[in-house]
Amino acid sequence: MERFVYADNSATTPIIKSVIDEMLPFLEVKFGNPSSLYSIGREAKRAVECARERVAACIGANPAEIFFTSGGSESDNWAIKEMAYYQMKKGKNHIITSNIEHHAVLHCVQTLAKRGFDVTYIKVNQNGIVDPIDVENAITDKTALVSIMYANNEIGTIQPVDDIGRICRARNVPFHTDAVQAVGHIKIDLSKQNIDMLSLSAHKFHGPKGVGALYVRKGIRINSFIDGGAQERGKRAGTENTAGIIAMAAAIEHACKDIESKSQKITDMRNRIISELLKIEKSRLNGDLDKRLPGNINMCFEGVEGESLILKLDMEGICASSGSACTSGSLDPSHVLLAIGLPHEIAHGSLRLSLSELNNQEDADYIIEKVPKVVSELRKMSPLWEKIKKGEKYYGV
Amino acid sequence: MAYSEKVMDHFANPRNVGEIEDADAVGEVGNPKCGDIMKMYLKIDNNIITDVKFKTFGCGAAIATSSMATELVKGKTIEEALKVTNKAVMEALDGLPPVKVHCSVLAEEAIKAAISDYYQKNGINPEPIVGKVGSCCHEDAPCPCSMDK
Repeated sequence: MERFVYADNSATTPIIKSVIDEMLPFLEVKFGNPSSLYSIGREAKRAVECARERVAACIGANPAEIFFTSGGSESDNWAIKEMAYYQMKKGKNHIITSNIEHHAVLHCVQTLAKRGFDVTYIKVNQNGIVDPIDVENAITDKTALVSIMYANNEIGTIQPVDDIGRICRARNVPFHTDAVQAVGHIKIDLSKQNIDMLSLSAHKFHGPKGVGALYVRKGIRINSFIDGGAQERGKRAGTENTAGIIAMAAAIEHACKDIESKSQKITDMRNRIISELLKIEKSRLNGDLDKRLPGNINMCFEGVEGESLILKLDMEGICASSGSACTSGSLDPSHVLLAIGLPHEIAHGSLRLSLSELNNQEDADYIIEKVPKVVSELRKMSPLWEKIKKGEKYYGV
Repeated sequence: MAYSEKVMDHFANPRNVGEIEDADAVGEVGNPKCGDIMKMYLKIDNNIITDVKFKTFGCGAAIATSSMATELVKGKTIEEALKVTNKAVMEALDGLPPVKVHCSVLAEEAIKAAISDYYQKNGINPEPIVGKVGSCCHEDAPCPCSMDK
C-alpha cells in the first residue's frame, strides 16, 4: 500500500493531540470524583462545569441547557423516549420523524410505536431533503414530538431545521434534532434557531468516543433519564466521565474555531473528488450537492457491490464505508439510499467517503487515483456490469 | 464480522476469474436485487471438468466462495462436482460469518446451474439428477427479491 488515507470521518475521527493533552491529567493526576468535597474532587467538578460552559458557547446555548451523556445514541434515546413519555401524560401520542434518520432515532420511535404511539415518517425528496411543509401538514393536536436530523450520516444532506423549528414553535410542539454529524462541521447557533433539543457526540469532531451531550432548551420539560445520584442536575445520574467531558470541550472549541474557513477548504476538496469520480462511467452522486456536509461524498457505481469495493479500497490503504446490504449486516441495502428512490441494484454499489480537516490534497489525489482503478477491477469480473454494458440491464440513474 | 485469512486471500487473489468463450456449460445464479450474481463457465471433456472460470458481482464472501468453488470442481468428474456442497466450500475457506453463509449456497448453486446447462445441452433432463436450481440464494432469511418494495 502506497499511502494510508482515512476517509471515514462520519464513522469516527481520530482525537487530535491538543485534546489528548487536555484530557490526560484528568485520567491520572486530577482523577477525583466531581462529587467529592476535597480538593481534587472540587477541581474535577470545576473542570466539568467549565467544560459545560465551553460546549454551550460553541453552539450558542446556555450552560444550564447542556447535559452530558455517553454519546449520540444516548442523547437521542433520552430526548425521544423521555419527551414522548412526558407528553403521553398530556394525552399526546403522535411522533413525527423522517425516513432517513439514524437507527438511534428510528429504533427509539419503533419502540414507542410498540407502546402505543402513532408515528408519521416524513418522506424525503430524491435529493434526501425533508420538506418543512410536510412536517407542518403532519402535525396534529396529538403530536408529542418532532425529531428530524440536522444532517444525514450517509448522504450528508443538511435538513431545513430552522424552518422545521419555526413551524414546531408556532404549533407548540417540541422539536428535537440529531446533530451528531453537524456539530463541529457546520455553524450552529442555537440562540437563533428554534431547536428545543439537540444531540451531539464528541468522537465525530476529533474528541473521544463514549461522550456526548443533549441540549435541552430552557423551559422544555423532560423526564430524567438515569436514576441515581444528583449528577447533571438529577436528570442523568452516574459519576461524570470527567476526562471525556473535558476532551469534548477542547475538541468542540477546536472544531468551531474558524469553522467557516475550515469547512470551505474541506468542501473544495470534496467537490474536486466528486467531479473527478463522476467521470467514472455509470456513476452517480447521492444526496444534494449544495445542502451537504462539507466532508461527505456518497456515490454509486453500477455493476459493483459496496462491500467488495470497501475491501478493495482497504487493500489500497483507503478507509471508507458503504450502504450495501453486506455492510449493514442485513440483506437490504441502506434505508437512506432506498428512501431517495434508488433501486436495490444500485444501492448495493454505494461508497461513502467522509473527509475531515486532517485530510489533505494528496489524500484527495490518492482517492481520485484509486477509486476508478478499484471500480474497474471489480467491474471486469462482474456479470452484472457485462449486462449493463450490453444494455440488457438499465436502471435509469 | 470478520473474514478468515483464506477468505481474504481468495477475495484479493481470486482463482479462475474470467470467461470461457467456447464453454460447454454456463450457469448463472443470484439476483442483482439481492446484491450478488455468480456466473460459472465449464469446459467438459469426457465427463471431466477440464477448465472452469467465473464472474461474480457481490460482496467479499461471494467472490471468495466463487473462487473456492471453481478450485473444488476443477479436474473433477461431473458426479464429483455435483457432490460439492456449500458446507465443503465454507470449510475450505475456514468458515464464513453467519450472515455470509448464503454466499456459499450461491456457489454450490452456481456449480449445479452450470451442470444443469450441460445436461440440457446434451438432451438430458437435469432435474432428476441435479434437482431444482433456484435463482435465489437466501434460504435462511426473507429475501428482498421476493418482497415487492
